[in-house]
Amino acid sequence: MVAYIIRRLFGAVLTLVVVSMITFGIFYLVPRWAGGTAESLASRYVGRTANAQQVADAAHGLGLDKPFFVQYWDWLQAIFVGRDFTGVGPAPVHCPAPCLGYSFIGRNPVLPDILDRLPVTASLAFGAAIIWLIFGVSTGVLSALKRGSIFDRAAMGVALGGVSLPIFWTGLVSLVIFSYGLHWTKPGGAYTPIEVNPGEWAYSLLLPWITLALLFSAAYARLTRAGMLETMGEDYIRTARAKGLRERTVVTKHGLRAALTPIATIFGLDVGLLLGGAVLTESTFSLPGIGKYAIDAINTNDMPKVMGFVIFSAGFVVIANLIVDVVYAVIDPRVRLA
Amino acid sequence: MKRRMVTGVAVGVAAALALAACGGGGTDSNTDSSGGGTTTAAFDAANGKVFNPSDKKGGTMKFAISSDWDSVDPGDTYYGLSWNLARLYTRSLTMFKVGAGSTSSELTGDLAEGLGVPSDGGKTWTYKLRQGLKFEDGTPITSKDVEYGVSRSLEKSALVNGPTYFNDFLDLKGYKGPYSSKGQDNPAIDTPDDLTIVFHLNKPFGGFDYFAQIPATAPVPVAKDTGVKYKEHVVSSGPYKFESYEAGKGFKLVRNDQWDQSTDPNRKALPDGYDVTIGANADDIDNQIIDGSLDVDIAGTGVQPAALSRVLGQPDLKARADNPLSARLNYTSINPNVGPLKNIECRKAVEYAADRTTYQTAYGGPEAGGEIATGLLPPQIPGFQKLDVWSMGADNKGDLDKAKAALQACGQPNGFETNIAYRAERPKEKATAEALQQSLARVGIKLTLKPFPTGDYFSLYAGKPSYRDQNNLGLMLNSWGADWNDGFGFLSQIVDGRVIRDTGGSSNLSVNVPEINTMVDQAIAETDTAKRDALWGAIDKRVMEEAVILPGVWAKQVTVRSTRTTNVFVNDAYGMYDFLAMGIQ
Repeated sequence: MVAYIIRRLFGAVLTLVVVSMITFGIFYLVPRWAGGTAESLASRYVGRTANAQQVADAAHGLGLDKPFFVQYWDWLQAIFVGRDFTGVGPAPVHCPAPCLGYSFIGRNPVLPDILDRLPVTASLAFGAAIIWLIFGVSTGVLSALKRGSIFDRAAMGVALGGVSLPIFWTGLVSLVIFSYGLHWTKPGGAYTPIEVNPGEWAYSLLLPWITLALLFSAAYARLTRAGMLETMGEDYIRTARAKGLRERTVVTKHGLRAALTPIATIFGLDVGLLLGGAVLTESTFSLPGIGKYAIDAINTNDMPKVMGFVIFSAGFVVIANLIVDVVYAVIDPRVRLA
Repeated sequence: MKRRMVTGVAVGVAAALALAACGGGGTDSNTDSSGGGTTTAAFDAANGKVFNPSDKKGGTMKFAISSDWDSVDPGDTYYGLSWNLARLYTRSLTMFKVGAGSTSSELTGDLAEGLGVPSDGGKTWTYKLRQGLKFEDGTPITSKDVEYGVSRSLEKSALVNGPTYFNDFLDLKGYKGPYSSKGQDNPAIDTPDDLTIVFHLNKPFGGFDYFAQIPATAPVPVAKDTGVKYKEHVVSSGPYKFESYEAGKGFKLVRNDQWDQSTDPNRKALPDGYDVTIGANADDIDNQIIDGSLDVDIAGTGVQPAALSRVLGQPDLKARADNPLSARLNYTSINPNVGPLKNIECRKAVEYAADRTTYQTAYGGPEAGGEIATGLLPPQIPGFQKLDVWSMGADNKGDLDKAKAALQACGQPNGFETNIAYRAERPKEKATAEALQQSLARVGIKLTLKPFPTGDYFSLYAGKPSYRDQNNLGLMLNSWGADWNDGFGFLSQIVDGRVIRDTGGSSNLSVNVPEINTMVDQAIAETDTAKRDALWGAIDKRVMEEAVILPGVWAKQVTVRSTRTTNVFVNDAYGMYDFLAMGIQ
């Protein structure tokens, strides 16, 4: 088991390195394909009065005139030892380790900004995850047990709608109805940190949670239903019933447990993805999380921020994958040997 | 160019990365005589007059914006909304009067007792500060604090965002600023005593009072200056101070108890504070203002398309809307250095053949887009004259007969081919390029659309002379807003050929005429306001005669007033609601 975990850890690190190289390559190569030079890239950060020498100094100080692999190595190294940038401003700029990049537009290191926004994204992701897990799975189980009934058809119809409707539409419509029409929920952007007031925190996130959960619940309901239908047809379920077990025990202990295995897998990945930034939900509800940070960075062409976001998000996905792999190995020993 | 927010299209993150009116003024039936305004809700009720005048104090004003601007540091900002907002927590030497209509384009003293006193033919300007001015910590504000504020704003390698007027016009003699020229005194600024500040220029400039209203003249205490981090702890000299500041998220302003009303005849400081949210969803901002849970969209660029039809279509909402004209021109630069466009007759053909109505429609129509422009200077800028240099034809749809005659004279009777450049992320520019493509095709001028990324449009493509000439960019969509409402503030950066740089970056893409450059010099040196305004008007006409600019629309937008606000009016200087005057009812 230890060897398996070490193997998976090594694979996770390798994945992150590959992702970072590809991302860095995109940000390095695309501007150059469009005709950008080290100087033209540096000219964004030096102000309008800079002369050609100052621009060249900045290009050199930022390392923009170095080859791709040297620049990548500098970036990678900064994660462990930090980095000093020169040529931009009268004094050198220090980005302390772990340095995921330095925004010369915002004039601050990227990582503290991302960490500052992580609680918002985590609040959104975990709250919504609990709701969609409870509603999605229970709806799926009931639909499977009442297959063909009106409830089943209605639930699957709603689930199809939930999957199909984009969150920027359901989000805005629900804001108009529940926040501005009925005044039941908080308006967009009304986020209260949990440490300030837990009640307000939950109330301010209620609508984003429900809207986001609607999207995911739908998929989980369909997945659970399919799994339950398959499981409940198995021989061992018949055996359990033949033993005289109560139907509730048959469903929960024998049927649902087996059907939940793929749900656990996808749940881990979904939460990992959301922790890396629920871009559309945060933008729709004006929540200052990591996803909103990424959108703002893209809109302002702040490449160090975008790069930092991509690596951070990729990290969450890779960690989620790792956890899922380990959990799988615990559930099914055959995986360890594969 | 003082910048304004441009609503961007939401950008999705790649899956691969994730895996890894009707117009008309409002009725003044219920006019408040004390404020000269109206309390009757009507379309345009706050445009040119004060809506809901009141002196009631208290309450917290709620502001929001969809995307962050450059900085709240007064020495590092170039957004109109930011200059409007900075008056809450800083005071500059002069300021625009707080009043509706043309009043808001007039200057008055702020920190200074009055406007500057010129001497030496306009090369020296002296200001006298008011007595009793204090920072938020109670420290007296002296002329040295103002000098330091201006000096630090010269440091463009650190404070990159602000305008460069002081860099360009002060007689700095090699001085670069307090960070780069450590220990040196700024030779262009004298402070003979704590209440007097004298600016020495490298050339006469009659409009220096406009420079003195830039937020960079706000005082900054040397000991509190943290360079690029100063934006996180701006020291207040105005009626409000920062209670909190979170970069990219928002900030809160509360009353500054060291601000003394008796030293400030321009501010009423009605609300107790301001909550500013940065990064709110643009559509949600509109919904919240309509609902009454938000007071102002400080971007000031008008409601989003999703709310526009609702606002204009519902009488109760339309009565809460205004349709101000901005001092902004959306236009097309005609490159006189490529192909047939080197010949003025071919450029004239473009002017004649363009359908201005489709240009206007592409920008959003008469209300949300703007008014069809006849020249460069917008109507609210002194010196404006309604020009008719090139016929727009019946109903502004183009004069095809004259266009064909011009093509004949150009030696291109069947038309010619060229490219039209625009910013890819701006749907209105794309629509305009397509509209011009269709309207010019009527006389055989064939345009090929060339989109470029917004961020590099001026630095690498349209703004770089070698690129635009080598790639046959004959027409280039452009947009320009006034730094302030006078000829210099609007025209100097787009008609003076000497601002064009080989390395790119200038917004002047097509105007480089020695005669016009000389006219600009004359206008800059003129200290008589009326004569100066007339000179800028003449420059506007002369540029049009060169047919190097095709004017499109003077921008307008539809904005909505909150149900809670008092003293609402459009400030002509900023082209948006005046943040300083508003209160909560």
